Amino acid sequence: MLTYIVRRLIIAIPTLLILVVLSFTLMHAAPGGPFTADREVPPEILANLEARYGLDQPFVVQVFVYLKNVVLHFDFGPSFVYKDRTVNEIIANGFPITLTYGAIAFAVAVFFGVALGVAAATHHNRWIDYFAVGIAIGAQVLPNFVLAPILVLVFTLMLGWLPGGGWEYDQPRYIIMPVIALATSFLASIARITRSSMLEVLNAQHVRTARAKGLPSHRVILSHVLKPALLPVLSYLGPTFVTMITGSVVIDMFFSTGGIGLSLVNAALNRDYSVMMGITILIGALTIGFNLLIDILYAWIDPKIRY
Amino acid sequence: MSLTKKLSGILLVLSFVFSSVDAATKNGVKLADKQIFTYRILDDIKSFDPQISTDVSGSEILRSLFEGLMNEDSTGELVPGAATSFSVSEDKLTYTFNLREANWANGEPVKAGDFVYAWRRLVDPATASEYAWYMELMGIVNASQVVKGELAPDQLGVKALDDKTFQITIENALPYFPSMTTHASTFPVLQSVVEKHGTQWTRPENMVGNGAYTLDEYRPGEKVVMKRNPGYWNDAETTLEEVVALVINDDDQALTRYLAGEMDKTEIPSGQFPRLKKEYADEAFSYPRSCSYIYWFNIGEKGPEALKDVRVRTALSYAINREIITDKILQGGQYQSYNFTHQKTAGFTLPDIEYANWTQPERDAKAKALITEAGYGPDNPLKLSISYNTSEGHKKIAIAISQFWKKTLGVEVELINTEWKVHTTNMQAGDYEIGRYAWCGDYNEASTYLDLLTSYSGHNVGGFSNTAYDELMAESKTMADPSDNYSKAEALLAAQMPFAPIYQYTGVIMLKPHLKGWPIGNLMQNWYARELYIVEP
Amino acid sequence: MKTQADIAVVKGRSLWSEARRRFYKNIAAMLGLIVLILVSLFAFFGQYIAQFPIDEIDFNVIGQVEQEGGPSIKNGHYFGTDDLGRDLFARVVQGTQVSLIVGFVGAFIAVAMGTLYGAIAGYAGGRTDNIMMRVVDILMAIPSMFVIILLLVMFGRSMAMLFIGVGMLSWLDMSRIVRGQTLSIKNKEYIHAAQAMGVSDVKIITRHILPNLWGIVAVYATLLIPLMILTESFISFIGLGVQEPLTSWGALISEGAGTMQYGTLWQLTFPLFFFVITISAFYFVGDGLRDALDPKER
Repeated sequence: MLTYIVRRLIIAIPTLLILVVLSFTLMHAAPGGPFTADREVPPEILANLEARYGLDQPFVVQVFVYLKNVVLHFDFGPSFVYKDRTVNEIIANGFPITLTYGAIAFAVAVFFGVALGVAAATHHNRWIDYFAVGIAIGAQVLPNFVLAPILVLVFTLMLGWLPGGGWEYDQPRYIIMPVIALATSFLASIARITRSSMLEVLNAQHVRTARAKGLPSHRVILSHVLKPALLPVLSYLGPTFVTMITGSVVIDMFFSTGGIGLSLVNAALNRDYSVMMGITILIGALTIGFNLLIDILYAWIDPKIRY
Repeated sequence: MSLTKKLSGILLVLSFVFSSVDAATKNGVKLADKQIFTYRILDDIKSFDPQISTDVSGSEILRSLFEGLMNEDSTGELVPGAATSFSVSEDKLTYTFNLREANWANGEPVKAGDFVYAWRRLVDPATASEYAWYMELMGIVNASQVVKGELAPDQLGVKALDDKTFQITIENALPYFPSMTTHASTFPVLQSVVEKHGTQWTRPENMVGNGAYTLDEYRPGEKVVMKRNPGYWNDAETTLEEVVALVINDDDQALTRYLAGEMDKTEIPSGQFPRLKKEYADEAFSYPRSCSYIYWFNIGEKGPEALKDVRVRTALSYAINREIITDKILQGGQYQSYNFTHQKTAGFTLPDIEYANWTQPERDAKAKALITEAGYGPDNPLKLSISYNTSEGHKKIAIAISQFWKKTLGVEVELINTEWKVHTTNMQAGDYEIGRYAWCGDYNEASTYLDLLTSYSGHNVGGFSNTAYDELMAESKTMADPSDNYSKAEALLAAQMPFAPIYQYTGVIMLKPHLKGWPIGNLMQNWYARELYIVEP
Repeated sequence: MKTQADIAVVKGRSLWSEARRRFYKNIAAMLGLIVLILVSLFAFFGQYIAQFPIDEIDFNVIGQVEQEGGPSIKNGHYFGTDDLGRDLFARVVQGTQVSLIVGFVGAFIAVAMGTLYGAIAGYAGGRTDNIMMRVVDILMAIPSMFVIILLLVMFGRSMAMLFIGVGMLSWLDMSRIVRGQTLSIKNKEYIHAAQAMGVSDVKIITRHILPNLWGIVAVYATLLIPLMILTESFISFIGLGVQEPLTSWGALISEGAGTMQYGTLWQLTFPLFFFVITISAFYFVGDGLRDALDPKER
């Protein structure tokens, strides 16, 4: 197990390296640059700008210098568009915000999703089941760029209960709507997966035996059903968690939360090369890390899996 | 500018001057206890550094944090800023500004040397400012050579005669030169602060400005908070205690939050003005704004053959029903446009352009005749593409225009929508056929528009090149009253039609009725937070 | 799933008819199927009912859409008009076509690429498998939205680019699943027998391995289509969707969502209705297929 983890960690390094080179190439191939402006910047000024940001160097040198700064100094460079700020600062400011609402939304989605799924499965083909499935599918399908403005219309304009945007770490009223808007569709997916995998396990031999032996049904569910039934849920949760904590453009856009989801899309549209690279590497590293974590969890839950 | 507007502007200024500075009233109206102004900005601020900033919302904030030589009043007239007065030499090439007794927020006096430092900093290649060209536009001696790195920054034509006298030498006479000193990139900065903190100097904890407000808090992607600066020389006349800019990316979302009472000012999404005007008569405003919206015809090397024919260009322009665009699509009081210069530009009289006076059916008939004459018709339909960048408003106009051309002229139009950077790159490289474009004036004078069409302009992306036009514009620079040349230039554009004018801008905003002092009459929309105040509802 | 593939080989036809019978008995899945058929009919024949072309501006309506543009039988705008006075019925029909095509073609690309890649990796095993799967790991670590945005920006916005963009998002998962299945099938006796008889690898993959993956691929594909449609709607939302005058559900919904508080709610509800019922239907059909193909369930 330990050698497996070490091996995976070693592989992560070339993976990230390739990720850097690939994104760097793709990015520079896109038309326009960070200094493309409505008013075309005269060539002599463009030259000054490119010299200032190292863009006058050959491509390979740029990649090398970038990697050197990242590896040796953990320095992701200055933003090319938000010129007062560095990428490190942008991430240090935005990522904790994204992480906060993402993690809360994740917890909400898992808790209610699993609960809804279990309720549906244990009441298979009864009204609770139909109700749960109906809600789940409806919620999964409603795009969050429709849900978010509806939430603001209702809770901010009509009821006046919650602020329509902004961010304060210590004030839940700023966090509620981003969490609902982000969690809803994931909650629904989790409910559906939990339900179907619960149903599968409920029909399995050992559960029927346990029930036949007269064990109370909540004990059967807790000890024999939930754990195996959560395996497929777990494999869904890994990538979902990364998606949720690495930000949502829609949330940042509609609720002015200041997270990195919008930063990434804006960086791509503004050709803010360094910010784009920084956030891409962050997401890449998190993806690799959490995939590994999930695999380890998997082995821990299911002793049959050996690495 | 209409006389009444001007009068009311003057009255407003007078009333500022003579109002007693009673804490609870202003202009005889009772002030609210809470003096906080909250407004919406579309995107995050790109930089708080006057010499680095490039965006409109950044400039708005910089006008509160710093103060340049001259300011504008609510009608756009020049008023003293950090300078109390200026004089100009006989040959109109040397300007001498006399600075007032004023302090930086840290208590140091504002000196002429601070301006020298800032102006050199703007052109210094080491600063790498995207707006370095602004000094070249101002025509300051040696600006171009410094930008190119051929001369050291200290060779720039600016100097401090003493601590309170700032002198500028320019290469050619420029009648509107003083008004260019209201631009944010000419604002002074304090050398000791910039050098001590490097790029970190614009952080709220480090920044030292000479404006009416200080930067209190900046939350990227969320908001900017500014607090009143008690050390500002005219703090006695300042009313607002706090100014908050909220970053809201989505127009509709911003309006919802405005209606929920979270803000005092926001933009109205396109098409919503009539409805809001009906519902909130004293909150919805539309006023002229110095920008002009056009469709370039690419007549350069890479442009299509058909557009090189002036009859085709004229037909296309005639066939656009501008009334539908302004009155049915934009619906925010925008002006139908048959020329380039915004019609409310100071000292500019709208030239008599023939087709502006025709009815649309007349224009359509003329357009059909011209396109047939040029050899296009049902058997040989004209095929063209319109390029525009991603935005709901540009999309609607492009769709409408493609319909006009299809219906009236049988033109087969392809719509090419790309995101902004790609659109800009394509336009500048000449990779388009017909391209959406908007130009906003840098200053309130017609040449800010008309210079664009000269063959030597860096922004003439349509490839229009006309010696007569170049001569008209060159001549206008030295004329006492260039307006005759401007009219001739516009007439030449209407005859040559290097682009189709579409409409001229208005600002369309919601403003809470308790907020007073908004400079509706300022075509450039240069507003200063210290002139705003909130009255008791 | 493993057992299903196993039995399928032995019992062949009877299992499929058994599955079909189970599927027919599943009410939700059958309802879903009916909805899908109806939506497809709407998409491909709706244009014959529409009174207007998709790009024609109704000059009686433009500028007063809130008052004049509502759904009406009388003026022929059955679903009302969009903000420019264009017929929403015609546009929803057209948007349905585009979204369905993006869904199907995108899912097809993902399934084809993923299946082939996974089957080859799994069958080859050893070092090849290792390298191929590492490549998948690397690609998985790249934020896919970022890649789609860059692709659409670089190569311009076209249907083809959209297919490739959304298809590329999902073949990675598919390839992992297929590889796992292939690994287990590979060690079956009949594969060994075929290898011993000298059947070529290509033939073994196409004749023996791929057919046995069909069940899981079918289930996965039905669940991929709605995912593709959802992805497309997000791309339209950030303004990188299909070019005007073409449209899609995503484009229509995001336009409608922007104006929902301005009294033109029909601009949101009609496209959203078709979007919701179609995606739900795909989920029901997908669930039904999985239940039908998996004998353990009942």
